[in-house]
Amino acid sequence: MAALSDKVKIDMLKKIIEIRKFEEKSIQLYRTGKIWGYLHPCIGQEAIPVGACQAIGRKDYIISNHRGHGHCIARGADIKKIMAELFGKSDGYCGGRGGSMHITDMELGILGENGIVGGGIPISVGAGLSCKMDGSGNVVLCFFGDGAANNGVFHEALNMSAIFKLPVIYICENNMYAISMCSADSVACRDVGKRSCAYDIPGYIIDGSDPVEVYKTVSKAVKQAREGRGPSLIEAKTYRFYGHHPNDPAQYRGKEEVEYYTSEKDPVANFKSRLLEEKIITVEEIEKIEKEADEKIESAVIFASESPEPDLEKFLKENKQDNNRSGF
Amino acid sequence: MREIEYREAIREAIVEEMDRDKKVFLIGEDIGVYGGAFKVYKGLLDKYGPRRVINTPISETAIIGAAIGAALTGYRPIAEIMFIDFAALAMDQIANQAAKIHFMSGDSIDVPLVIRTQGGVGKGLSAQHSQSLEGWFYHTPGLKVVMPSTAYDVKGLLKTAIRDNSPVMFIEHKMIYPVKGPVPEEEYTILFGEADIKRAGKDITILAYSNMVLKSLEAAEELKKDGIDSEVVDPRTLVPLDIDAIINSVKKTGRLVIVSEACRRGSVAS
Repeated sequence: MAALSDKVKIDMLKKIIEIRKFEEKSIQLYRTGKIWGYLHPCIGQEAIPVGACQAIGRKDYIISNHRGHGHCIARGADIKKIMAELFGKSDGYCGGRGGSMHITDMELGILGENGIVGGGIPISVGAGLSCKMDGSGNVVLCFFGDGAANNGVFHEALNMSAIFKLPVIYICENNMYAISMCSADSVACRDVGKRSCAYDIPGYIIDGSDPVEVYKTVSKAVKQAREGRGPSLIEAKTYRFYGHHPNDPAQYRGKEEVEYYTSEKDPVANFKSRLLEEKIITVEEIEKIEKEADEKIESAVIFASESPEPDLEKFLKENKQDNNRSGF
Repeated sequence: MREIEYREAIREAIVEEMDRDKKVFLIGEDIGVYGGAFKVYKGLLDKYGPRRVINTPISETAIIGAAIGAALTGYRPIAEIMFIDFAALAMDQIANQAAKIHFMSGDSIDVPLVIRTQGGVGKGLSAQHSQSLEGWFYHTPGLKVVMPSTAYDVKGLLKTAIRDNSPVMFIEHKMIYPVKGPVPEEEYTILFGEADIKRAGKDITILAYSNMVLKSLEAAEELKKDGIDSEVVDPRTLVPLDIDAIINSVKKTGRLVIVSEACRRGSVAS
């Protein structure tokens, strides 16, 4: 594993800030009605996708979930096209048909977010099979939450990946809540990471607020996968700072708990402080990064606003005629 | 012309396509040495090896998920669900994932996936191994549904299914596997959405698919004794459906009977 250079750490901070600001802006736009449908911000969880995606190469794959903007941005997706998709516009990643939960970019190996909790986990098996059959040494990062880990698909997929020694890294972002149910009440063995022993694969339980720890752990798992030694399960402990979606006041959580995580485990604040302490960056440079992120997001909002609505008539016509696509 | 069994015709289609395209592979339960529950894959493990004949645990969701993931990343998997009844275990992957990805990606992503399965009554296997669930898939936008009734059709349609860029539910019938029929030695494919007139007649149109085609042909012979000349129309693919062929036949005969062994309520036939 390559030690992270100062430049890479700064790039990671940029991404973390960009994700945070993107999500804050998207909540604001949701409240004003510009974004509609469902929206699941990943505020509080930004360090995981950034640390994990730093550990893979250009030809690798990622599989995301309903709370997936961070994964896509960390992987290098174009935030203009993500924003346009959130607006339901024709210049979005899916031409406006997918929305927040279905960003996909095959060129970047983003095999899709997913609207079904756990839906992407079995798909990772196939992407892993593909890498193995190709003999390419490529790997798959499969992101999911503590909620998905309780779905039966988790067992089927991890077992199958393990018996076939597939190059898949299962990354459980345990943000402590599956909508309203606390993982302390939903995971019988408390730590999802412990379940790795059932599949005889490496299991890691790490602090998901630290992008460097995430990077190091994912790198280890990636190395094992590339060497043909099979999958790993990483549980990154994290916290969803807000509700399940912008209209969820999250009253099922205690005030002290929220205060603890938002003050002690904020990946943005903590990583800024760390880089300042390590004298890798100055306060002025951080301000510049934040300003640039704001500008980038503003231009994405303008792009999304100006993008045309999808042409409904054209769509209906094509789908009625296109027998080949078994539409409607 | 030589006559071969329906199951042999399926095997021939698979062998031809696997030889033609290295991206085609098989995945499913008991498809290795065992050769599949209906012995369709007999000898294929020896021929292609475990890399292309992937024998899995009893994990229907992971089988379909694996096929989808491989399809998204350049392969053309043929996933087997041993009995259509077991598709219930994999319905999220079939109906919410495979069927929806092309549409939700704004038509930018293809999922070239064949799900081979079989249904229908006739072997006394009771209600968890005998259903005709084509209606579930017929009702789901994004899936094609193929239900061949003869050895000739099953071979030509399977080859088309494997080359198609959409997810295809390829639903065979457990009672037809040993039924022989003429199949040419030379290569052919059959386009989706083209019905076949299995028996021409002028008095009544009998519209049937899968094993009910064979039953309808028998019934047509009985009706002939009463002086009724039946036309048996086999759509072969339910999605896409050759509605013109059905309309043309009924225009000619003026009468229509639809024969299906599925539950009538909410069915394809209804």
